[in-house]
Amino acid sequence: MPDGGQALRLAAAGGWRQDSYVDGPIRAMAVATIFWGIVGFLVGVVIASQLAFPLLNLDLEWTTFGRLRPLHTSAVIFAFGGNALLCTSLYVVQRTCRARLFGGEEMGWFLFAGYQFFIVMAAVGYLLGVTQGKEYAEPEWYVDLWLVVVWVSYLVAFGGTILRRAEPHIYVANWFFLAFIITVALLHIGNNVALPLTIGHAKSYGLASGVQDAMIQWWYGHNAVGFFLTAGFLGIMYYFIPKQAERPVYSYRLSIVHFWSLIFLYIWAGPHHLHYTALPDWAQTLGMVFSIMLWMPSWGGMINGLMTLSGAWDKLRTDPGLRFSVAAVGFYAMATFEGPVMSVKAVNALSHYTDWTIGHVHSGALGWNGFITFGALYWLVPRLWGKTELYSKKLAEWHFWIATLGIVLYITAMWVSGIMQGLMWRSYDAMGFLQYSFVETVAAMHPYYVIRMLGGVLYLSGAVLMAYNLWRTVRPAPAALPASQPLAAE
Amino acid sequence: MASTPEKDAVSGRETTGHEWDGIRELNTPLPRWWLYSFYACIAFAALWVVLYPALPFSTGLTGWTARGSIGEELARHAAEQEPRLAAIREATLEEIRSEPALRAYAMAGGRVAFGNNCAACHGAGGQGAPGGFPSLADDDWLWGGSLSAIEATIRHGIRTPEDDQARTSMMPRFLADGMLKASQVNDVAEHVLDLSGRATDRAAAARGAALFAENCAACHGDRGTGNREMGAPNLADQVWLYGGDKRAIVQSIAYARVGVMPAWGQRLDTAVIKMLAVYVHALGGGEAE
Repeated sequence: MPDGGQALRLAAAGGWRQDSYVDGPIRAMAVATIFWGIVGFLVGVVIASQLAFPLLNLDLEWTTFGRLRPLHTSAVIFAFGGNALLCTSLYVVQRTCRARLFGGEEMGWFLFAGYQFFIVMAAVGYLLGVTQGKEYAEPEWYVDLWLVVVWVSYLVAFGGTILRRAEPHIYVANWFFLAFIITVALLHIGNNVALPLTIGHAKSYGLASGVQDAMIQWWYGHNAVGFFLTAGFLGIMYYFIPKQAERPVYSYRLSIVHFWSLIFLYIWAGPHHLHYTALPDWAQTLGMVFSIMLWMPSWGGMINGLMTLSGAWDKLRTDPGLRFSVAAVGFYAMATFEGPVMSVKAVNALSHYTDWTIGHVHSGALGWNGFITFGALYWLVPRLWGKTELYSKKLAEWHFWIATLGIVLYITAMWVSGIMQGLMWRSYDAMGFLQYSFVETVAAMHPYYVIRMLGGVLYLSGAVLMAYNLWRTVRPAPAALPASQPLAAE
Repeated sequence: MASTPEKDAVSGRETTGHEWDGIRELNTPLPRWWLYSFYACIAFAALWVVLYPALPFSTGLTGWTARGSIGEELARHAAEQEPRLAAIREATLEEIRSEPALRAYAMAGGRVAFGNNCAACHGAGGQGAPGGFPSLADDDWLWGGSLSAIEATIRHGIRTPEDDQARTSMMPRFLADGMLKASQVNDVAEHVLDLSGRATDRAAAARGAALFAENCAACHGDRGTGNREMGAPNLADQVWLYGGDKRAIVQSIAYARVGVMPAWGQRLDTAVIKMLAVYVHALGGGEAE
């Protein structure tokens, strides 16, 4: 196996070989993506069931909704999404730079193992009740410190690979991946400045308090969506859609303008999570107007994703992987329109604290992040294991339709129940009294909670089909195959 | 590694000449509708920043504030309700109960106030919950079921340290404070079971009867029928606040129970408390004065 310098010289001499790339850890990350995806979706189904049927909390502290909910969000965002980003970014950066991963196999394996260790430490903490109580930033200080070590290594590996690239320009996917890695490092450190009680104690207290703490938390929380789930996954889109469609990216200029405008505007929009709170009015208004300005920069990615298919739309009929990627861009467009709408204070007055927010998040998470990852996996996994074909296109098509139906059930149920909930909270009777008590609004949501749970079951089932399909794709051929087939790889 | 722009056959556009791992990109200009929509959003943002508070220490041309806006809304709402709330404040509880217009208003307001303040412990229909949350829909009252008794309980609470008129009584912790031995607690529990005809150990129940007369009857009455002056529950019926099996009764005697309820007079308007009293009185167990 050549080292980096050797690889570059090989490339320069035209002697580049596929096996010069670091792929072992990337295969492991692909497996981890699928594994954590199924775990995360499963816990999601469990907590959705708990909301519909509270008995399922089981009266045990470890299995209550309050502890399982961060397990679900972290499993899907950081474990499933994080492994998908690690896997694809390290694959893409090597190919589009024509350079071996900086740090080589060892770096790859460290990132894989270090990141899984972070996930397991965080998850164990949640179940035992160790939490900072900050949404999407629940892990306590010792887990946060470890993640800093892993993340800085990730930045070094990714940036180092770009620096040793054999291509004159940096591909747009890598802009997005790099913005994601740098910004997540800033967000993570900024939101987790805390002092432990003692060095031997899991509990810590954050530096900021009150409304400052809330503002920093939602600067972090919103940009976890913006840079982890949007910029990072746009990086995935910019490599895999052109690959699947075998078409050039629609517009280089749009790439530039929407990249910089997205990066600049996203970071200001966090206060829209704190409308009508103790946050000063001026900060709320700023959060709202930046969210509105963010609409078109977000849609720039949608245009570049969809229009890249011009001349290749027919492939949607035959390539279920591409269908996932394109549907993902559709959900992305929907969620990035809905977001600015919900950030408008008049709309937010109705939507805030209701299930509408949950529906919005899931149209992005299930539709955009999930589907773009599935699309990438259907393309990537056969290639990572040196296969030419997916085991079954039929199964992948089933996955697509089952998962799509699941999303539709999920988000429509949450739209209806969220808007209903918001309207019930603000409804007055003829005498000027609130028409409904809180518990009546909870009771009214029960049917929608059941529908949401069914949507989740469908989505989970689809992912299980995918896992089976990909496992059959890569598992070694049975010995019973005819011996007459030549083994080209030997 | 391509370095010169080429024409893409499908779109007729030129590529930029860059290529990465087989991916090229077209040199398509920014879509017009996209660019103008972006400008429009920026213009809207600029307008909003002028009209509304959007910079530190600035108010915006409209002078709008969230606090001012909610203040106006609350004031308008309060003004609409005030005439009827004033009527409730002035009327006696009995007048509210018997006069149809007042009663309809109080029942509507009481239902909402109950749902938002009381239902969490007493249940949405006032049916109570195990673990010390009494049913308000039956006639088994701890501190009295007349309109005025209910109002006093709501207003001052039960064992509320912040209100010196709170309903207060303290059952001794007979085992924990060394007043009875464990075997004696067992005997008293058997006697208490006997009061509702459920004793299984007659000898213990007989021994317990003497201990009961000595230690418990002062509050719970000779026959265990309770005393509303002290909030001492009736032990001779089948209604149990903390469970009526022997284990729960032993626990109650040994360590006592000190249930609490907030003094709502500190949080709710007089009119709301009166409406709540009439509403709770009507749940099923209301008594005459």
